[in-house]
Amino acid sequence: MEVALIALFVIAAVALFVSIPLRPGAESSKRIEDPEGAELEARKESKYREIRDAELDREQGKLSQADWARADAELRREAIEILREIDALEERK
Amino acid sequence: MSSIDAGFACLIAAFVAFAYGAAASIWGGRNADRRWVDSARRGVYAAAILLTLCVVVLEAAFLRSDFSVALVADHSSTTTPTLYKMTALWGSQGGSILLWAWVLSIASSGVLFATRHKHREVVPWATAVLCGLGIFFTGLMLLAGGANPFDRLSPVPAEGLGLNPLLRHPAMAIHPPMLYSGYVLFSIPFAFAIGALVARRLDTSWIRSTRRFGLLAWIFLSVGILLGAGWSYVELGWGGYWGWDPVENASLMPWLVGTAFLHSIMVQERRGMLKVWNVSLICVTFALSLLGTFLVRSGILQSIHAFGESTVGTPLLVLIALVLAGSTALIISRLGDLRAERRVESMASREAVFLVNNVLLIGLAFIIFYGTFFPLIAEAVTGERSTLAAPWFDRYVTPLAILVVLFTGIGPLLAWRQISAGRALRLFGPPVAFAAVVLVALIAFTDSASEPGALIMFTFAAFALAGLLGEFVRGATAQNALTGDGWALSLGRVVVRNRRRYGGYTVHVGIILAFVSIAASSSFQNTDDVRMLPGDSTTVGDYELTYVRPEAYRDFDEDRLTFGSVVEVRRDGELVETLTPSRNYYSSSSTGTVRSFFEGEATSEVGRSGGAAEDFWTAMRPDLTEPAIENFIATADRRIDEATIPEVLPDPETPGGAEAMRGIAEARSEFQGLAITNLEERFENGEIPVDFRINVNPLVIWIWVGGAIGVIGGLIAAWPTASAKRRRVSDVYAARLAKDLGRA
Repeated sequence: MEVALIALFVIAAVALFVSIPLRPGAESSKRIEDPEGAELEARKESKYREIRDAELDREQGKLSQADWARADAELRREAIEILREIDALEERK
Repeated sequence: MSSIDAGFACLIAAFVAFAYGAAASIWGGRNADRRWVDSARRGVYAAAILLTLCVVVLEAAFLRSDFSVALVADHSSTTTPTLYKMTALWGSQGGSILLWAWVLSIASSGVLFATRHKHREVVPWATAVLCGLGIFFTGLMLLAGGANPFDRLSPVPAEGLGLNPLLRHPAMAIHPPMLYSGYVLFSIPFAFAIGALVARRLDTSWIRSTRRFGLLAWIFLSVGILLGAGWSYVELGWGGYWGWDPVENASLMPWLVGTAFLHSIMVQERRGMLKVWNVSLICVTFALSLLGTFLVRSGILQSIHAFGESTVGTPLLVLIALVLAGSTALIISRLGDLRAERRVESMASREAVFLVNNVLLIGLAFIIFYGTFFPLIAEAVTGERSTLAAPWFDRYVTPLAILVVLFTGIGPLLAWRQISAGRALRLFGPPVAFAAVVLVALIAFTDSASEPGALIMFTFAAFALAGLLGEFVRGATAQNALTGDGWALSLGRVVVRNRRRYGGYTVHVGIILAFVSIAASSSFQNTDDVRMLPGDSTTVGDYELTYVRPEAYRDFDEDRLTFGSVVEVRRDGELVETLTPSRNYYSSSSTGTVRSFFEGEATSEVGRSGGAAEDFWTAMRPDLTEPAIENFIATADRRIDEATIPEVLPDPETPGGAEAMRGIAEARSEFQGLAITNLEERFENGEIPVDFRINVNPLVIWIWVGGAIGVIGGLIAAWPTASAKRRRVSDVYAARLAKDLGRA
């Protein structure tokens, strides 16, 4: 019985805590990023990582200057395309 | 109101909080209402706070020896050292499930806080999965019989049973929370993978947000496995660190599949490939993590580490089935969204080698799974249960492990996409030459050729280590040429700037060292089992061991009888070290018999003298089955019974009867003490022969050194990059890209 009473009291406290975002006027995740933007951001980060990896591979002699230049140009083209998509998304907003 | 009642109430409230979190997140996800998702996240925070209170309440009960709590009475005593009182919580079924739920709630809170502004579509479903797991584990404590850590005892015993002696070791104090943290943390990428599948957001963003949790899971699991192996080596007295025991295997399987996952997500991040493979791997990894918990808790397979049959085995099995069936159905329904964006361009590329290593790691996990569950498979097919022993595992695991080391060496030497033949030859040249030199030297100067498997392992390891060393040297040299900072500073800079790559290389160095050590210590071990009396000597390898004298003593606080020995270890006639291995016998009951000491748990304190090159290891076991000793124990117990037990036992329910029973117990304890003293004297007089196991294990210490290096590498790879720095780098690239665009 005592346990049930304490549990009810604790659950009531939890209910107060979890209901904060549901109250009128609550600022609920206004800064939330949209999925499309997040996906583009993830693609951009991946592309930058690829560019950095290619550069490191060239520095370490795994890619010849010519191979690196070709790969780097292609990766940068793809990165620019992603940046354009990000800009376009920003403009749409 | 007692604190135990308050703790139990917190557990109930945590269950409710998880249930609310699951319902609110599903509602929020279905209706795209972020407010409900935020509310669900708060439900997880609340559960984390409440479960923390549960842990605090139980720890306090252990520290003050509150034997009204069954968990405390069953796993602690007033004489249990404080460290083990604090860690006894996870030595029990209820306590370990509470640990699972607690770590889950903390990790879930962490990831949900980190992603509170991200993954609008994925997070609600990931929250629901995490809350579902929370409901399962808190529900297990509340509903499964014998799993409630707040169960009370009435009447309250005056003394507890104490912690299982085998668990009274510092490594065992940390090993369970490490393993469980590893298992639990894999639930984070699993939950986000399920969220991404449900929301059809199958780009790399879920991987980016949960990769670190996967790495931390891998690190915790690695530390847990290393500690378990260390405990086995110094405490169990059988002479090894890995016995292919089902519970040991249960921790290795998610480690292997998790390792494959951490590699293959890199391929998805960079090349947009292996999407089906990655979601499948994390689902299997998590299912195997649950399987690890199931094997420890179900008692389905015989293991020295298992806790015997319990009430939680069946629910865990249902959860595993649900995870596998649900995730399989979800993956099949999303195959269209999981198409690879690219294909492997060349087999001479890093991604191709990652794929090969993935297949090898999964192959290893499959072999271990088959070998572990063979007793059940055999029983289902033939009706008879039989097990596969260590030689079976060694036969099938060794070739794949050798190939893993080889491809671990090849991968870092290759570039992403492809590498030209000329470049490959130039990069492979030095490591291949070094491996050839090592091979020739091993054949010429050692007896390695007698063990072809080990010889190939050493050669491939030399190739891989030389390749990895070359990576560090080339990276530092390139950085030094750019900045002129000096070689050491350049090495530091290149590692810090490329933490994931060089952290990964550091992990590879550690793992290869551990594999070399395993190959050396298992293939070139010198071992001997010899029965000795004081003054006897024996030779093992280059060492001579002399059994100088026996020692016996009794620890009344721990109700322990110890038969020990003083042994001298000599090499080339020179005294290397004096060791004191011993065997501890813990009384199994308070019946006041001599035999009770030899029917309970027994532990070994091994004697070790080790260095980087080899480890001299010895454990002892007095032969108590000698007829004279066996006869002495039987006679002593019979005489104790004759001297103390009246023809009519008093009724303990009556005041006089209780007093009489106490008198009988005191008398038995006194007689037992006299008999034990006599037995100690017999042992010290050399009347009891001792069986010594003596091992000389080459390079064995490098398993843990390599493991520690691997863990450090994992931490380097997981260390977060400061967001400001990331932004700066991004801006630099954006500026350069904009410039290139201008030129174009």
